[in-house]
Amino acid sequence: MIEIKNISKTFGDRLVVDDVSFSFEQGKTNLIIGESGSGKTTIMKMMVGLHELNSGEILYDGKNFPTLQVKDKQEVRKQIGMLFQGGALFDSQTLEENIRFPLDMFTNMSDEEKRDRVNFCLDKVQLTNRNNLYPGELSGGMKKRAALARAISNNPKYLFCDEPNSGLDPKTSIVIDNLIQSITHEFNITTIVITHDMNSVVEIGENVLYIYKGKPWWKGNGKDILHTTNPELLDFVFASGFMKEVFQAVNKK
Amino acid sequence: MKLFFHLGRYFILIKRVFSKPEKLSVYMKQIVHEIDNIGIGSLPIISIISFFMGGVITIQAAFGFTSPIIPLYALGFTTRESMLLEFSPTIVCLILAGKIGSNIASEIGSMRITEQIDALEIMGINSAGYLILPKILAAIFILPFLIAISMFLGIFGGYVMGIATGACNSYEFIFGIQAFFEPWKLYYSFTKVITFAFLITSISSYFGYYTQGGALEVGKSSTSAVVYSSILILVFNFIITQLFFT
Repeated sequence: MIEIKNISKTFGDRLVVDDVSFSFEQGKTNLIIGESGSGKTTIMKMMVGLHELNSGEILYDGKNFPTLQVKDKQEVRKQIGMLFQGGALFDSQTLEENIRFPLDMFTNMSDEEKRDRVNFCLDKVQLTNRNNLYPGELSGGMKKRAALARAISNNPKYLFCDEPNSGLDPKTSIVIDNLIQSITHEFNITTIVITHDMNSVVEIGENVLYIYKGKPWWKGNGKDILHTTNPELLDFVFASGFMKEVFQAVNKK
Repeated sequence: MKLFFHLGRYFILIKRVFSKPEKLSVYMKQIVHEIDNIGIGSLPIISIISFFMGGVITIQAAFGFTSPIIPLYALGFTTRESMLLEFSPTIVCLILAGKIGSNIASEIGSMRITEQIDALEIMGINSAGYLILPKILAAIFILPFLIAISMFLGIFGGYVMGIATGACNSYEFIFGIQAFFEPWKLYYSFTKVITFAFLITSISSYFGYYTQGGALEVGKSSTSAVVYSSILILVFNFIITQLFFT
């Protein structure tokens, strides 16, 4: 479980994250949603230590991450898997080498065990027998799946996904969402997903935090959102005509 | 003030680069990969340039040595001294600053803007150490060999051109390249090479590592890497020469 308590962040004079607290539960897909520029990616970057926070606490199973020594921070980080928006796969390495990388660095597995683990991860993300492809040879959806395979290769306790559906068609988005959710449940991982894809929110949002202008504005789950009365959240969720029709149809029932 | 900012950040980066590696075997593989990339990849250009420069030095010297009191073996001697003292260790390293420096800065810069460096950090890996240390060690190891090859080919180029143009004969040239040889000059040359290898790789890595923005900024980092590496090679060339020759 990860808890954030009263975290704030400024860039220069601009307050980007303002006193946000939330609990990300283990074994659930926890979503942070909000408009572009609302501060959700900044929150995630603070949580993984890529940005320093101005105030507050980030507790990984009770340990306050920002105040840990470098060595202890690295120990926590070894338990983190992250799926970046662009995949962030190492271009010069094949898929197998990418997925093997955390295993080479942090485990004493034999070559055969590593190969088995790589194949297991590739199977999980439906990229069986694509071991020798380079990231440049993959489509957007395949890159995301490969990045997900690398993120889970070292059995992470915490999985972060930064906009996993950006740039993907709706069908591929659903595949990615389902993968994230099934991996979360199967391995009992604390998963945090940043998204503004409403389909993802409704489908996999088991614990949702809505950020508005850097502030925590609404908490609940993906199904609750359809019945919200919060005006800012309503504006965000039903920004498109299609979603408005869905909303009206749900409320008619 | 900006100079102090960059100096401070450079030394902080270097401190991170030389911190204890997470897994030695992975770093060793990277070092071998970089030796291939930096060393073998640069061999053709170094060979061609050195051979022809050696030839040109001999022809120019032959053109200038018109006095009958200058012995013909002076051609071999001049070519050897030029290649050993300045051309191979300094000019070839300046050429390598362009080739290797821009390559390193753009490689690391691209990794930065595509979040690959963030990915390493989040995995708990010291990204500076993993990406930069193998490059520095590989360059320090392989550049002296490259420069030795450059010295040999330069002198050989001089020999071939000297004979081909009739400026001297084989015996005189070979006598010349052996005459008045002082081994400490090799020590001086290779001290320069090792220093320049460190400068090229560390400065280029620094510019790549702190790239911010997109493709345009990667290009700018690459240019800055070459410019600053070249300037510092010239500055350190002066300092080392002053130290050895006084």
